Amino acid sequence: MERIPILKMGEFLLVTIQVDMHDRLALTLQDDLTEMIVKNRTHGVLIDISALEVVDSFIGRMLGNIASMSRVLDAATVVVGMQPAVAITLVELGLSLPGVRTALNVEKGMELLRGSLTATNGHARRQG
Amino acid sequence: MAMPVVKAERCPVRSGDNVVRIRQIVRQWTVELGFSLVDQTKIVTAASEIARNTLDHGGGGEALVESLSEGGRRGLRLVFTDKGPGIENIDQALKDGFTTGGGLGLGLGGARRLSSEFSIESRTGEGTCVTLTRWK
Amino acid sequence: MKGTSSRLAEIIAKHEQDLLAQWIKEQTSAVTQRPDLMSEAELREQSRALLNGIRNAVQRGRLDDITGSEWESVRELLDEVSRGRARTGFSPTETAMFVFSLKQPLFSRLRAEIREPEALADELWTASVLLDKLGLYTTEVSQKSREEVILRQQQDMLELSTPVVELWDGVLALPLIGTLDSARTQVVMENLLQKIVQTGAGIAIVDITGVPTVDTLVAQHLLKTVAAARLMGADCIISGIRPQIAQTIVHLGVDLGTVTTKATLAAAFVVALERSGATISKGR
Repeated sequence: MERIPILKMGEFLLVTIQVDMHDRLALTLQDDLTEMIVKNRTHGVLIDISALEVVDSFIGRMLGNIASMSRVLDAATVVVGMQPAVAITLVELGLSLPGVRTALNVEKGMELLRGSLTATNGHARRQG
Repeated sequence: MAMPVVKAERCPVRSGDNVVRIRQIVRQWTVELGFSLVDQTKIVTAASEIARNTLDHGGGGEALVESLSEGGRRGLRLVFTDKGPGIENIDQALKDGFTTGGGLGLGLGGARRLSSEFSIESRTGEGTCVTLTRWK
Repeated sequence: MKGTSSRLAEIIAKHEQDLLAQWIKEQTSAVTQRPDLMSEAELREQSRALLNGIRNAVQRGRLDDITGSEWESVRELLDEVSRGRARTGFSPTETAMFVFSLKQPLFSRLRAEIREPEALADELWTASVLLDKLGLYTTEVSQKSREEVILRQQQDMLELSTPVVELWDGVLALPLIGTLDSARTQVVMENLLQKIVQTGAGIAIVDITGVPTVDTLVAQHLLKTVAAARLMGADCIISGIRPQIAQTIVHLGVDLGTVTTKATLAAAFVVALERSGATISKGR
């Protein structure tokens, strides 16, 4: 079965979406990702959509769902690399992806995750 | 309505794969028409929204993709038809946030904003026909 | 017909050199002469060519209608003279005076040649009307060429792309100048977003100091740009909001709540630097 690969990059997970998404693929990705988050005890997920030429409300919803699910599992999500044409279209469509954090590229996305992790880590240490 | 159609293609809208196929055709044809990247993306996204509507709410149907040339301007027209339950209140359906299918409710209204011309005809119990055009 | 039976043609032909000398003398001593814009040699040549053209035209054509084919070469000459003078900075009046100043030498010559008062009056009238028409023609051309200049400048201004500049590592600025319509805003917006991708800049300042008015449409375009940049992972700051514009935005009911706004580009730059982790300190 066709699957979107999820890579472990140090302490984070990286999902690179390159194919045109359809329903089944999206559902499989949600299953796989939530499982990986728990298995790897990761606290950050990067979703790279720089290769996506179209993001419609279906994919937008999927990104929002992934972010919400990850949050429940104590992992922050950053969507990286959205193309300008896609961003303009999403705004026109009325989709602003509230609750989803964004970064220009994978590198900046990692910085963002690290920043938010150090902020919460101190908290975690005090608790432990 | 006598718009010169340069070429046309009919595609079924019966599965998620069909929606992907329609997106690909629309992308390819708008590239041929010389649309800017942003305009390509807008109409492909609009096509995707309506195709999904046809699939999810209309119980599947058919899409007609037409490449137009009228006077000096060129454009792409998409006609989606289904024989589903129809839309009871079109004005309401076009409002952002209105949804019956559990989605974001941006499909119809969003697609209208992404098109140059947009129209819906629907009869309860008989089906729905959505026509959208984007000029270069 | 008075127009064709005039002795004007004969008199001009006979005394052309004399008339020319007097006319140039007239012009060089007149207040409307502009030695700063045109050399005397040039003036001499223009005068000679025009008088020569008029001589040829009055011999063959009507004196009360300068739109005929006999006057074509004169019209072309005046076209060239008017456009040339407009370009170098002559006012339309100064250009028209060039033609009108021929009246005095011509009229003196007519008075000297024609003794009979009634005939003289007729000839003076004919000559006067003719020169008025030629003078007004230059005004018309000057005006047209000015309109052309304005049109070209408008075109140039439209084509002037709005440059996106890099202020600092990771900080872009887009100084918007002039009226924003949807077409231009779309181009500007795409440019900015493209540049954000190219440079990887996390912060973009959109400065609207040079935008005369902000209506609902412009405000919406700005908000859309900010929203699109956010989706890509970049922050936008809108700066240069003048007091009247702040008032209009509130009156229009546009919600800029989620957007960082600053009164000046300088203030926005400070915020941008702070956000990108730089510290500013004054030298000793």
